[in-house]
Amino acid sequence: MSALLLAESFAERGARERARALLDAQSFRELIGPFERLASPYLAAQGVVPQSDDGCVVARGTIGGKRACVVATDGRFLGGSVGEIGGAKIAGALELARRDAERGTPMRTVLALDTGGIRLQEANLGILAVTEICDAIVALRMLQPVVAVIAGRVGVYGGLSLSTALCSQIIVSEGARVGLNGPDVVETESGIEEMDSSDRPLIWRVTGGRMRFEQGFATALVADDVEAIRAAVQHAFEAPRELGPLEPQAFPDPRLDLDTFLRAMGIES
Amino acid sequence: MIETLSYEYPASDAVDRRAHVGVVASGNCEILLEPAQNGNASVVVRTSVTGFGATWNAVLARFFVRNPVAVQIEINDFGATPAVVALRLEQALEAAR
Repeated sequence: MSALLLAESFAERGARERARALLDAQSFRELIGPFERLASPYLAAQGVVPQSDDGCVVARGTIGGKRACVVATDGRFLGGSVGEIGGAKIAGALELARRDAERGTPMRTVLALDTGGIRLQEANLGILAVTEICDAIVALRMLQPVVAVIAGRVGVYGGLSLSTALCSQIIVSEGARVGLNGPDVVETESGIEEMDSSDRPLIWRVTGGRMRFEQGFATALVADDVEAIRAAVQHAFEAPRELGPLEPQAFPDPRLDLDTFLRAMGIES
Repeated sequence: MIETLSYEYPASDAVDRRAHVGVVASGNCEILLEPAQNGNASVVVRTSVTGFGATWNAVLARFFVRNPVAVQIEINDFGATPAVVALRLEQALEAAR
């Protein structure tokens, strides 16, 4: 109980405060901040109020005393969805990190994603952005670890789940979720027998952080605690795993019914 | 539909720096506050909830009576209640002083 009270929640913070929490104290410096007013030019025409940072924060600073850049999406603004501006911020940060690494001045780069995926109002531009982000991650991870932190209320779904899967280290919290199609989409497309999107325990048993860690889709499982997440991020940079494709552990046929599947995975349902 | 509203209020006090608070999320709003050059207070509101111009004016007028600060404020609103708007304004001012 006391540990619970002492923990400083990461999930309860907004994107800017998450970036601030991951960077060393006092080192936070935002790039393309809200006063640059690089908001989405497409939302107002569709009757949606834009946000001045497009729901995406890029911050420079240090992590463990080393130059670092944290990109954080805000799950509260349109589900953390990524459109043209936010996508360009993410891809730009990754491309700058690659340039820096090639020049011999590497920059630790962390993607703190909390997003439902591509923004439907900017669909094609969002898809283009995700391809650029994926390209940039693949190029950067040849040179240094690319660390994803999925520890928000949304988790990561849709196109950005593809980008996340390309990262060399993926830190998840138990409360976060990682999946391609969200529960509502699965229910709509395949019927309520396939997935009841109102069944929250089911959603976490299928796409929750612990499940993804057990399956080998994430490299670290952390508590929703700023210090624990900071430690996991530092560890990811200081003891990087062998670079290579993530190898999901051999896991049972997913067409088994869920309880059999979970038992085969050694998880109590 | 989005409604854009503009207001002006008399002001006398200066603030030190700009401030950004809040988020465009359900029942919430984002506020960008900057020191004004012309010695007046001006506010532009973009809101997804139309038809509440008089309520906005009441909330803002009360804020500037209590705090006659020469600032330029931009509010991006996603259905914040008057109480939330009042708290966000106070928060922004606190961060700017």
